[in-house]
Amino acid sequence: MSSSTATPAYEPKTSVGKVTNYVDSRVGGSAMVKEFGRKIFPDHWTFMFGEVALYTFVILLISGTFLTFFYDPSMAETHYEGSYLPLRGVEMSVAYASSLDISFDIRGGLFMRQVHHWSALLFVAAVAVHMLRVFFTGAFRKPREFNWVVGCVLLIMSLAAGFTGYSLPDDLLSGNGLRIIDGVMKAIPVVGTYLSFFLFGGEFPGTAIIGRLYVLHILLIPALILLLIGIHLFMVVLHKHTQFPGPGRTNTNVVGYPVGPVYAAKAGGFFFIVFGIVAAISAAFTINPIWNYGPYDPSPVSAGTQPDWYIGWVDGALRLMPGTIGAFDFEWNIPFPWGVNTLSLNVLIPALVPAGIVFMLMFAWPWIEAWVTGDKREKHLLDRPRNAPTRTGIGVAGVVFYCVLWAAASSDLIATHFLVSLNDVTYWLRFLAIAGPILGFMVARRIALALQRKDREIALHGRETGRIVRLPHGEFIEVHEPVDEYKLYRLVSFDSPEVALPAVDANGKVGLPEKVRSRASRFFFEDRVAPVTPSELNAAHAGHHGEIAEAQDRESIASH
Amino acid sequence: MKALSQSRRHPLAAVALLLLALLVTGGVYAFASTANEAKAQTTSFSESDVEEGSKLFVANCASCHGLGASGTDAAPSLIGVGAASVDFQVGTGRMPMQMDGPQAQVKPVQFTDQQIRQMAAYVASLGAGPAIPGEDILDPSEGDSSNGGELFRVNCAMCHNAAAAGGALTRGKFAPSIDGTSPKHVYEAMVTGPQNMPVFSDANITPEDKQDIIAFLDTINEQGSPGGADLGALGPVSEGLFTWIAGLGVIIAFTVWLTSRSS
Repeated sequence: MSSSTATPAYEPKTSVGKVTNYVDSRVGGSAMVKEFGRKIFPDHWTFMFGEVALYTFVILLISGTFLTFFYDPSMAETHYEGSYLPLRGVEMSVAYASSLDISFDIRGGLFMRQVHHWSALLFVAAVAVHMLRVFFTGAFRKPREFNWVVGCVLLIMSLAAGFTGYSLPDDLLSGNGLRIIDGVMKAIPVVGTYLSFFLFGGEFPGTAIIGRLYVLHILLIPALILLLIGIHLFMVVLHKHTQFPGPGRTNTNVVGYPVGPVYAAKAGGFFFIVFGIVAAISAAFTINPIWNYGPYDPSPVSAGTQPDWYIGWVDGALRLMPGTIGAFDFEWNIPFPWGVNTLSLNVLIPALVPAGIVFMLMFAWPWIEAWVTGDKREKHLLDRPRNAPTRTGIGVAGVVFYCVLWAAASSDLIATHFLVSLNDVTYWLRFLAIAGPILGFMVARRIALALQRKDREIALHGRETGRIVRLPHGEFIEVHEPVDEYKLYRLVSFDSPEVALPAVDANGKVGLPEKVRSRASRFFFEDRVAPVTPSELNAAHAGHHGEIAEAQDRESIASH
Repeated sequence: MKALSQSRRHPLAAVALLLLALLVTGGVYAFASTANEAKAQTTSFSESDVEEGSKLFVANCASCHGLGASGTDAAPSLIGVGAASVDFQVGTGRMPMQMDGPQAQVKPVQFTDQQIRQMAAYVASLGAGPAIPGEDILDPSEGDSSNGGELFRVNCAMCHNAAAAGGALTRGKFAPSIDGTSPKHVYEAMVTGPQNMPVFSDANITPEDKQDIIAFLDTINEQGSPGGADLGALGPVSEGLFTWIAGLGVIIAFTVWLTSRSS
């Protein structure tokens, strides 16, 4: 007995334990739970938006499955016979009729439709906010560049999921949206018409598009999203989660709570909170009231037609684009030997250029920044946005650009609700679409730099208490209270890259790429506010402590 | 037939033919152009209405529309606009106009029903125009709201929004919300084309179809919003704003609460 080195087989005592052990000895889950359950995640409210995105996606899967039971993606013509009176007897597609049935004749159908649509809006919003958090805190830096790219693809996939879903009810609003996509496609030179005919199975709108979008919406896109989420989360586990700098938090550790039991409970609870919020909104507020819009018919276009918020900026760009500037016409009629072909730059530019710029910058950003800084180290500690002023400025410029274009998608609502002229709104938004991002960049960068200087002040001289002390010889001083060490650490410990001078190559020359890089580096870091050094800190504290202590001594003497 | 074919070379044949042609075209035109008034004309005005209306007009309207309503640089002539036009413009408070602007704004009605009727009588006496519609054509319960909805989407929704919530036009002009507008004023607006609205004559939309549109508007006003608060029925932008502000706002509050212990 004593000579045996094998540990005796574990014999569970309770019946639950027996069942668990039975399963575990066949599946081997305990090793996984042991490993993953001890995974540490840091805690910060801004780290939870990815979770929100995941949970709203789960809600989308659940509510979407419900909707597929009753939705019929057919464009066959029918006459509505359901219970919504103002559409009785109207000729419409089966898809629209079944969407109306979901809304009015299927128990809980309208609620589920609204849950699906509200959580879709929230899903894309959560993805966007999550990306902004990652961007502003620099969580995309080495080794997480690929995960950032996966995230960008996820964003595009969620836009695609949203757009394909938006079109499914086949109501007037979604049909108008499809018409715009059709127009944009047809504006692409040479292949545009072929693309459009390929997508719609003939001339717009045809009888095929709803079925095709349905397959994309419920099969292909969700599958891709699930796959990408898998890769995304796997990489998070692999790389470990980033954390904000703080005492004891280094580039090689993660300070936080383990998944089991803390995060398992928190995250599980948070799912129900998100579900609860979506359900409450869906129960109280209507979204996409398709019965208002009527069946799709290519002739009518309703006032106030806009896409959902995440596509809205492209619509806004289309609204802002002038057809001509003075005598310059954006619609080019190019004579070819075989006839005149039209190049509609007035459609192509707004539909493709802003989105093209934003997405290209987004995908390339980790490498752009790595190239500018020349920093090849791994970054597991996050930046506070103020400590990367130029990046923060560029991010804000992007947000402003998006907001201006989205506002342009509601230019008519702005005009009617603020009693201003629609033309003036358009002129102003055109100006803001160009000047807004620049102003946003400058203001945000200045604010970040000012906050850094404020941090520096506080680190060196402490917090202003507002307490004014009069010294015996008549001098008034304000008492500054030194901040505690934990706070101080946050104020002084951060990455602060410096301007990189152009490097000399093997031939002793400075090449053009190096010159550009050095320029970019200067643009990024020339206004840098250096973090407080220990010697600066000691010098300041020596001086100040004396002063305050002296003042307090005198104060206490005076009061006795 | 033979007599006719023999006399077709008569010197007066061309004249007779021309007369006949003119008679037919004129007759058809007269019939077509009165089609607008013929069906809806139910209100009749007395002499004294016209007289009182004339006095009211001189006191309240003539400074812009001119004595005799023949128009000035500031305002158009009202000859031939009809009683319906007066009843709409004055009855909704748009006239007398509060201030110059891209279009007349709605405000509290300035005259009593009787005074409005008298002014309408006066303007109607100046020249034929659309009359105030009778009650029978305005009853929403007699109309077919499905047909009205289709007509509304094809003819009205591009300016007034599919849910009748209103919309913007160029240079400060707008199509107002039709939520809560009385059937009479809806009908009058269609036949007179106030502000920037085109006229939908009875040849374009028949009185029965107008009644269907009224029935549709009445139905959607009455039913409210089946899916909960409608956020102004303004479409996806208001829904997006709501998602960002209310939806994400509440979620952020929860995230802050959930992580408040350790950060």
